[in-house]
Amino acid sequence: MKKPNNPVYYMLLFSGILLFIFLIMQPLEILHFRDYISVLFPKGDIALEQRNLLFIVQIIMLLVIIPVFICTFIFSWKYRADNPKGVYDPDLVDNIFLEFVWWGVPFVIVVLISILTWYKTYELDPYKPIQSEKKAITIQVVALQWKWLFIYPEENIASLNFLQFPKDTPLHFEITADAPMNSFWIPALGGQIYAMSKMKTELYLIANQEGDFRGSSANISGEGFAAMHFIARASSEENYQQWVESIKQSQKGLNWESYSKIALPSQEDAPETYNLTDPKLFDKILNKYMHPKKE
Amino acid sequence: MLGRLTLEDFKHDFVQNGAVASMVLGGVGLIALIFYLKRWKWLWNEWLTTTDPKRIGIMYIVVVLIMFMKGFGDAMMLRAQQAMAVGDSQGFLTAGHFQEVFSAHGTTMIFFVGMGFIFGLVNLIVPLQIGARDVAFPFLNALAFWLFTAASMLVLISLAIGKFSTAGWLAYPPLSELEYSPGEGVDYWIWILQIAGVGTTISGINFLVTILKMRCPGMTLMKTPIFVWSILCAMILVIFAFPVLTATLFMLSLDRYLDMHFFTSGGGGNPMLYVNLIWIWGHPEVYVLILPGFGILSEIVPTFSEKRLFGYVSMVWALLLITFYSFVVWLHHFFTMGASPGVNTFFAIMTMVIAIPTGVKIFNWLFTKFRGRVHFTSPMLWFFAFLLNFTVGGMTGVLLSVPPVDFQVHNSLFLIAHFHGMAIGGLLFSLFAGFTYWFPKFTGFFLDEKLNRYAFWCWLGGFLLAFMPLYMLGFMGATRRLDRYGVETNWHPLFVLVAIGAVIILIGASIQLFGLFWSIKNRKKNWDHTGGDPWNGRTLEWSIPSPPPIYNFAIIPTVSDVDPLWAIKRGEAPPARKDYEDIYIPKNTPIGMYIGLFSLIFGFAMTWHIYWLAIIGLIGILVNTIIQLSGNDEHDLITAAQVQEMEEARIRGNAAL
Amino acid sequence: MNDSMMVHHTRDKTANTSTPDPYQDAFSKTVFGFWLYILTDCLIFTTLFTTYAVMHNETFGGVHSRDIFQLSTAFTETMILLFSSVTCGLSVIAAVNNERKKILGWLIVTFLLGISFIAIEFREFSDLVHEGHKWDQSAFLSSFFTLVGTHGLHVSVGLFWLIVMFVQIFIKGITIPTFRRLVIFSLFWHFLDLIWIFIFTFVYLMGVL
Repeated sequence: MKKPNNPVYYMLLFSGILLFIFLIMQPLEILHFRDYISVLFPKGDIALEQRNLLFIVQIIMLLVIIPVFICTFIFSWKYRADNPKGVYDPDLVDNIFLEFVWWGVPFVIVVLISILTWYKTYELDPYKPIQSEKKAITIQVVALQWKWLFIYPEENIASLNFLQFPKDTPLHFEITADAPMNSFWIPALGGQIYAMSKMKTELYLIANQEGDFRGSSANISGEGFAAMHFIARASSEENYQQWVESIKQSQKGLNWESYSKIALPSQEDAPETYNLTDPKLFDKILNKYMHPKKE
Repeated sequence: MLGRLTLEDFKHDFVQNGAVASMVLGGVGLIALIFYLKRWKWLWNEWLTTTDPKRIGIMYIVVVLIMFMKGFGDAMMLRAQQAMAVGDSQGFLTAGHFQEVFSAHGTTMIFFVGMGFIFGLVNLIVPLQIGARDVAFPFLNALAFWLFTAASMLVLISLAIGKFSTAGWLAYPPLSELEYSPGEGVDYWIWILQIAGVGTTISGINFLVTILKMRCPGMTLMKTPIFVWSILCAMILVIFAFPVLTATLFMLSLDRYLDMHFFTSGGGGNPMLYVNLIWIWGHPEVYVLILPGFGILSEIVPTFSEKRLFGYVSMVWALLLITFYSFVVWLHHFFTMGASPGVNTFFAIMTMVIAIPTGVKIFNWLFTKFRGRVHFTSPMLWFFAFLLNFTVGGMTGVLLSVPPVDFQVHNSLFLIAHFHGMAIGGLLFSLFAGFTYWFPKFTGFFLDEKLNRYAFWCWLGGFLLAFMPLYMLGFMGATRRLDRYGVETNWHPLFVLVAIGAVIILIGASIQLFGLFWSIKNRKKNWDHTGGDPWNGRTLEWSIPSPPPIYNFAIIPTVSDVDPLWAIKRGEAPPARKDYEDIYIPKNTPIGMYIGLFSLIFGFAMTWHIYWLAIIGLIGILVNTIIQLSGNDEHDLITAAQVQEMEEARIRGNAAL
Repeated sequence: MNDSMMVHHTRDKTANTSTPDPYQDAFSKTVFGFWLYILTDCLIFTTLFTTYAVMHNETFGGVHSRDIFQLSTAFTETMILLFSSVTCGLSVIAAVNNERKKILGWLIVTFLLGISFIAIEFREFSDLVHEGHKWDQSAFLSSFFTLVGTHGLHVSVGLFWLIVMFVQIFIKGITIPTFRRLVIFSLFWHFLDLIWIFIFTFVYLMGVL
């Protein structure tokens, strides 16, 4: 029976209480902030798959973690020095069976998770197109200092620090940078991928609901890094078409010259939209660092 | 004349001015104290010119304490800013300053607290545990310490003069290239790491040779304490990994100084190459940090369970596997850089494989306690905290190693929570355990146990509060390194919570610092009267007096068992030799300190482009090296008769107590 | 050969203070430690080689390796270094036999060969710079100059070390420390020759083919 005066008892009790508090804290946080926990409550298929994978691996890992915690508490109590009932066997220095268990079981678990990982990494490859009857919309993304430029090559429009697209439609992002390394991330819809100058990375996402989703850069790119957040809006198909049409009426054109001005460092730029007058703009940006500057 | 250094570089904002003032005051106060106590000669002869690893180890820890205060101060500022800078509030740090602070925080904690503390303990413990009198290369040992200190001083100078790097603790290009970071910050960072890196590499070679060639008779590798094994493996990692860092930083500095195009955006440069190279170093580096922590626990758990370490052979294999595998996992730090799924999968699986031997070690420690007699002294409390926090951190590591999951949490606060679980929950708690465990050995008295416990609870509770909510913040889309954010994110309440956690940790750390001075003041009360073996130890360091005599062992022991002291106590040890012999001790030398000083001058001069001063620094290093390489290998001699006298005096002294 | 050097040539597995070796097996520890240093230096070169391998075609519109490398020069440098390794080895043999004049003589020859290597390489670099193919023109040129230049820097440091050894042996003759230092110097010198073989093969030969 527990002796209330035993310091080990209190140590185990207090640490147990601490652990319990932090265990309870997780579901409490989830309940309270539900609408803002984009990774756990995603709005797109890709993010949903990623979250489910997270849960599966987490549950498998608990198979190892829980025994460790149980052993920690039980052994601390049962074999404490002042416990007359604890068996003391100073020469118990090895046990082949136990070694098999704790080399073997984690090995099996790792094999399981590895197979799952292999399968899912291919399935959720950012470069892999999303199967859908609807045709994918291509959006070219340029990370700048310290804002995001979104170019729609098929619609001949462009948008700064804001993008809109119809829900349930695959989005094919082609991403580059005219800035230090950034990372393009809309957590509600799916995982991120780096945006690097001279390189074109690709990401497929899809939104299952209408709404405004927060996007940001996930890699430090200079002083204005914290300003690199934007809204990604999933709307109905009609709403999207209206938005595209209204931009096409705009006087503001985007070509290499006006782009060069936009690319100059600035922070907290208000969203802007442009008529894309140079459809090859993205390729030019990609090639910007490929050749010596022509004087 | 002074390169690009101007008077403007001495002017800072209010907060930084305060930090610089307190630093300068602290330094001046220390110097004044030494004058007041008239201890300059003592300091010079006993400490600054020493080649005794026991002294060098203590000096490492002194520097580490100073750097810990800097790194911790950085952390408090980061937490304060993030708790305040929501919506319209800008907090109290500008974006640039905030970015300097987190870059300095990471650099300081990893290189100058983690590595420094480890090398301090290695210096103190390894020669004793292998039954040796010294390390293989005593001068190089001192030199490595002074290079470490020179780099630390350059970090502190960067607080006062100019700006530090704003590119993070790893300075990815192109952000760290001239185009985006033309100032002195990245250059400071480069030279700090280069100087510290050379010191570390030297120590790596030194301790590898020491462990492989200087073990006492009978101590085969499979009878060596696990702490020594963990250091052996860590040093193998050091000598294979640090040259990659040296070469990579060399190339970055060539980009910055000579306009080369290794990692620039233009000119054919390849920033992704830097990311690969730096993590080929970076991943083994984090294992260099954690393996000694594991080794410390492998000493503490058996001692305080009164039982041999469970599964010695298993533990050695686990160490070796971790060492090997740590070289083939580096890409997991950038799954999101766009590699093919095949490549990502390979590195993911390799990363998971490392989790196996790590788990094995945890089970072996647990089963050391099984059917033992466990004493919950403060080292064991730290081990308990380690078990709770490191396992959770390790588990999130496996989550991070699954690429599709990583795509959603990379560079978010989820990642920060994971690696702080490893660094604080794993490394720091083990270091605290080792510090409290071995403190009596080198001072002869205990740290105040009550204050230890208060500090422990503050650290455990504070750590949980400061880092558990970060996992959720990561899920909420909060990335790392943000100096401000909008109200609509709803991150603010959690940021306030973690700031409170940081304050609780601050209280714990303050108790520890206070406790150190308090224990020194009350040392008579906490004196170790057992003659050097206060914990009923099992390894050789507990068989000699506390503090140890300069020659460590009057007679080199012969061992036949793991836990050689335990064998002696049970009457199972081979008979000890009884004859004293002449002992040669390496002479003191100031050359190590001079080379460190000239390295500091060189690093500072290169940062500010003061090239004539840099040349002076180089010449200074060169001249001192030649002086050292021209010596005659002179040693001080302690004759057998003197040894006998010292030993008999000690025995008489013990009997009198 | 004097007796105290015999003691230091033997390999004791553990530190044994019962023999009259006040330096506790310093020779074998130093040599082993220096081999470890060579390992780290090798890794620095590996990193630079890897970088060169990744970047050797990134010419940014400028010259390729086949446009600027001259095999005849590289071959001459190779022969010079190979011979200097031989003369360095002869110097160490003379040291084992304690023949001071021979040691110094072979050291001088090694030095002359080494300095010719540096002169030829310096000439090659300055010619390239004058033709406008400087290290800041492309990633290829950056990695070429750095890899070969780092090797040249190591050779220069070696030459400097050689002078120091020469002076030491001139003044003190062969003692335990000077012998030990000469041996590890020769290890360093041979190592540099080995690295050059790799440079000649992977940079010059393969760059021209």
